[in-house]
Amino acid sequence: MSSWMELILSFLILTGAIFTFIGSLGLARLRDFYTRLHGPTKATTLGVGSLLVASSIYFSNQGQGISLHEILITLFLFITAPVSAHLLAKAALHQKLPRTKETRGNTDEGA
Amino acid sequence: MLTLVIPVAFALVAAAVALNFWRLLQGPSSPDRILALDTLYVNTIALLVLLGIHLGTSLYFEAALLIALMGFVGTVALCKYLLRGDIIE
Repeated sequence: MSSWMELILSFLILTGAIFTFIGSLGLARLRDFYTRLHGPTKATTLGVGSLLVASSIYFSNQGQGISLHEILITLFLFITAPVSAHLLAKAALHQKLPRTKETRGNTDEGA
Repeated sequence: MLTLVIPVAFALVAAAVALNFWRLLQGPSSPDRILALDTLYVNTIALLVLLGIHLGTSLYFEAALLIALMGFVGTVALCKYLLRGDIIE
C-alpha cells in the first residue's frame, strides 16, 4: 500500500473515531432529551460513515476488486438514522418530556 | 501509520460505548434509554469495521449488516410501543 493511501486511510479512520466519540459525549453531557437527540443522530452517523468509507478503500486496495459491502451499510445507516430520530422525537413529545429553558422551538404544538 | 492510528480509534470508540452505557443506566426517561441503545448498536458497527481493518479480514461485514438491520427494527418497535402502547395493531 502506498504511503499517501495510508495517509488518507489514517485521516478517515481518525475523523470517524473522533466524530463517534463526540456524538456519544453529546449524548452523555447535554441537558435535556431534545438536545441530546442531536449528538448521536448527526455526529455518530457521520463518524461511522467515515469509518465505513475508510474500510471500503482499504479492502479495495487488497487486490480483490472493489469492495461494496460497506457502501450498503453506509446507505442503510444514512437512510434509517433520520427515521429513528423522528420516531424518538415523536415518542418524547408524546410523553411530554421536560425541557430546559434554553431549548427553543414550539414543541407543545406537535404530538 | 495505520498501526498507530487504529489503537487510538479503538480507544475513542470504546470510550463512546462507555458513555452510552452511562446514559443507558442513568437516563431519566425511557426515550433516553432507547436513544442510548440506538447509539450503542451504531457504535458496535464502528467497532466491528475497525476490527475488520485491524485483522485484515472482510468476515465481519455480514455481522455488521445484520446488526444494522436488527438495531433499526428494535428502535422502531420500542418507539412504536411508547407512542401507541402496542407494536403491531
